[in-house]
Amino acid sequence: MLDPVSPVSTTIRDLFMLVFGVIGIIFVVTEGALVWSMIRFRSKGNETTEPPQIYGSNPIELAWTVIPILIVLVLFLVTTRTIYSLDLQEPPEGALRVKATGHQWWWEFEYEDLGITTAGELHVPKGVPVFVELRSFDVIHSFWVPRLAGKIDAIPNRENHLWFQADKVGTWYGQCAEFCGTQHAKMLIRVISEDEDDFDSWVANQQLDAVEIPEALSGKDTFLSLACVNCHNIDGVMLQGGFAPNLTHLMSRETIASGAAENTPENLKKWLRDPNSIKDGCLMPNMMLSEEQIDLLVGYLTTLK
Amino acid sequence: MTTKQHIPLSGKLHEWITTVDHKKLGIMYILCGIFYLLIAGCEALMMRWQLAIPNNDILAPETFNAFFTMHGTTMIFLVGMPILLGAANYFVPLMIGARDMAFPRLNAFGFWLFFFGALLLYFSFLGGQGLTGEEGAPDNGWFAYAPLTSKTFSPGSATDYWIIALFVSGMGSIMTAINLVTTILTMRCKGMTMMKMPIFAWMMLVDAGLILIALPTLAAIQIMLLLDRQYGAHFFDAQAGADPVIWQHLFWFFGHPEVYILILPAFAFISEVTPVFSRKVLFGYPLMVVATVSIGFIALGVWAHHMFTTGLSPAVLSYFAGATFLIGVPTGMKIFNWIATLWGGQIRYETPMLFAIGFIAMFTIGGLTGIMLAVVPMDWQLSDTYFVVGHFHFVLFGGLLFAIFSGFYYWFPKVTGKLLNETIGKWQFWLLFVGFVLTFGPMHFSGFEGMPRRIYTFMPNRGLEMYNMLSSIGAGVQAIGFVLFVYNIIHSLLKGKPAGDDPWDAWTLEWSTTSPPPPWNYAKTPVVASRRPLWDLKHPGDPDWEYE
Repeated sequence: MLDPVSPVSTTIRDLFMLVFGVIGIIFVVTEGALVWSMIRFRSKGNETTEPPQIYGSNPIELAWTVIPILIVLVLFLVTTRTIYSLDLQEPPEGALRVKATGHQWWWEFEYEDLGITTAGELHVPKGVPVFVELRSFDVIHSFWVPRLAGKIDAIPNRENHLWFQADKVGTWYGQCAEFCGTQHAKMLIRVISEDEDDFDSWVANQQLDAVEIPEALSGKDTFLSLACVNCHNIDGVMLQGGFAPNLTHLMSRETIASGAAENTPENLKKWLRDPNSIKDGCLMPNMMLSEEQIDLLVGYLTTLK
Repeated sequence: MTTKQHIPLSGKLHEWITTVDHKKLGIMYILCGIFYLLIAGCEALMMRWQLAIPNNDILAPETFNAFFTMHGTTMIFLVGMPILLGAANYFVPLMIGARDMAFPRLNAFGFWLFFFGALLLYFSFLGGQGLTGEEGAPDNGWFAYAPLTSKTFSPGSATDYWIIALFVSGMGSIMTAINLVTTILTMRCKGMTMMKMPIFAWMMLVDAGLILIALPTLAAIQIMLLLDRQYGAHFFDAQAGADPVIWQHLFWFFGHPEVYILILPAFAFISEVTPVFSRKVLFGYPLMVVATVSIGFIALGVWAHHMFTTGLSPAVLSYFAGATFLIGVPTGMKIFNWIATLWGGQIRYETPMLFAIGFIAMFTIGGLTGIMLAVVPMDWQLSDTYFVVGHFHFVLFGGLLFAIFSGFYYWFPKVTGKLLNETIGKWQFWLLFVGFVLTFGPMHFSGFEGMPRRIYTFMPNRGLEMYNMLSSIGAGVQAIGFVLFVYNIIHSLLKGKPAGDDPWDAWTLEWSTTSPPPPWNYAKTPVVASRRPLWDLKHPGDPDWEYE
């Protein structure tokens, strides 16, 4: 949050510095007065009379009523100005629009203009504003990538928005920030900002249907024969799910299980063997697969570039 | 007061269970509060153990979620509330020179509602089923946001336990609040006008008023939620088209005043302890009253600052930010008035005062980080992170709990006739103070680094390891402090020095009667002429009423 790479988070950081300065001065004055009086007015243990009793002082009390009101007024004006200048509900010009839907416990990202659906990892071009439309499939979630923008909740029956613009190439970590159930902790987000060429080639690849490789056909048949298809979609193969992440380009992602594990064949096998071993309590059931089925499935999944 | 004839244990038990005496009820409230404080502390310790290192697996996610839910719920409803109601029960009648509360039997009824509500909440560990149908205790967070609490997402009975247990104990709190308001308004002794009440009574009066406004709201939405869950109503059921944000509005309309319900009694304790140990009259009593009443009113109009990330319009955001800043003004007045009370005094650093000064220092920090959170765009970053956890523990631990310990050490001699051991008390203070800062200081920084609240584990290599390890070590240090506290109570009850009627050379009425006070409090109803009747008695040549 203190090391922003987006105009939104930079504005917030600058505001933070200002407020922190004001707060810091109040802190030093107040605690300083406290410590000073603690030391200066400690009992020596040999007093014979009580100290002078001071019942109050109108000018002094007026001072520490009026001065805080003035400080508060300044903070209020600064805050209001920033709220209006960072209007999150309006898309910036030329923004890339993404629909982010919170599910227990993963994020689905849809680029409707580009015809792409993916999960967990959000690819964006560097230096282009991204306007995120936040929705929820089930309970309340909250989309938060600290170095890019503040968090806004994804609430069922509502549509919220935020925008950011990654000014550097890189991977920016975030995660769900509103408690949403058992695996709230592993509802992670990666925003991957790329140069325009890299982003365009990523888009071009994502827009293709799933690849068909003859060697993986038996794996594909296994996939189709199992309940996987009830939740997972693969473009060009089967589209009856949607409850779980789209697997069309699974291998283009760095992680599986919403960022809980690296996307390696070993982890895929572990995941299929028992999803709870990676994400205890997650909604993907243990399908009681045989090792042979797991090998076939992972053989197929690893072709989905 | 030693008994002359032998009373069997069953007789004593009967006496306590059937009592309507405000002092016995007060003691039972506070003992329950301490008992649940230790339980909630153990839950917190387990959570810190789990969070000491990334990807730890001491606690399963369901267990962790149940623990943070129960920790928060317990600390607020079963520790904060009973201790403050217990203290109000015990000391308000004594301080205003009354023989009991206005409605003694209602008082007992309120206590037993609380008692059984609390038992019911903890019975959920045995009888309930949480989100996954396996775990026992409620695991939706103490705020129980819709629609996570709906039957679809929380199919077990744990949420129903949460609803009914808090509803029952909340009813008890409402009754006690009615009792307090009536007592303070109608039963003050002769000469005690409203502006001559001890500041303690003023703060408890405003507190009870807030309880009367806030808690029925909670009771109402809990019943609505129960109807949703058991009878298919659709108040908060998002799948039936309801707007779940309405729960947040209603919950925080209770929840934010609740924070002030908890902290006003802390202010009350500090406002009694600070003058006595500085040997000075409380600075600016009228302003303190004004500040307390303003806090009461403003506290009712700031609830949506808990909801800055829900997509409110800029105008609404600005209003709630402004109102929240505004509450800093009366709070600041109090802090400055306490410091002015210290100023020019002869400060004695006995344990009650150590905790009182600890309170002022730490609560100031908690208040200032609260101002930071009210700056809406900063809240977009910091809301629901460990920064918030750090912030409100500075308010409720460094604030409320330190104030409770201050009051406990201050009034224990009055209640039991024995002084608490000073050496153990000082050790307890320093262990708690160091442990507290070590636990909750680093949380602000892990919040900056991007660590959300309510996560059972965190990812390695994101700059969070050191902060979490420090917090966990701090929790261990605190644990020793709590053990010392319990030891000190037992030790001092058995072997403590006799307190006498007025061990601190204090000025309010309760110190004029015996320690412990007789069942009838005062053989003769006192008559007062000022806010410090015992000062007048001790300084007949220079009484307070000449200056008030």
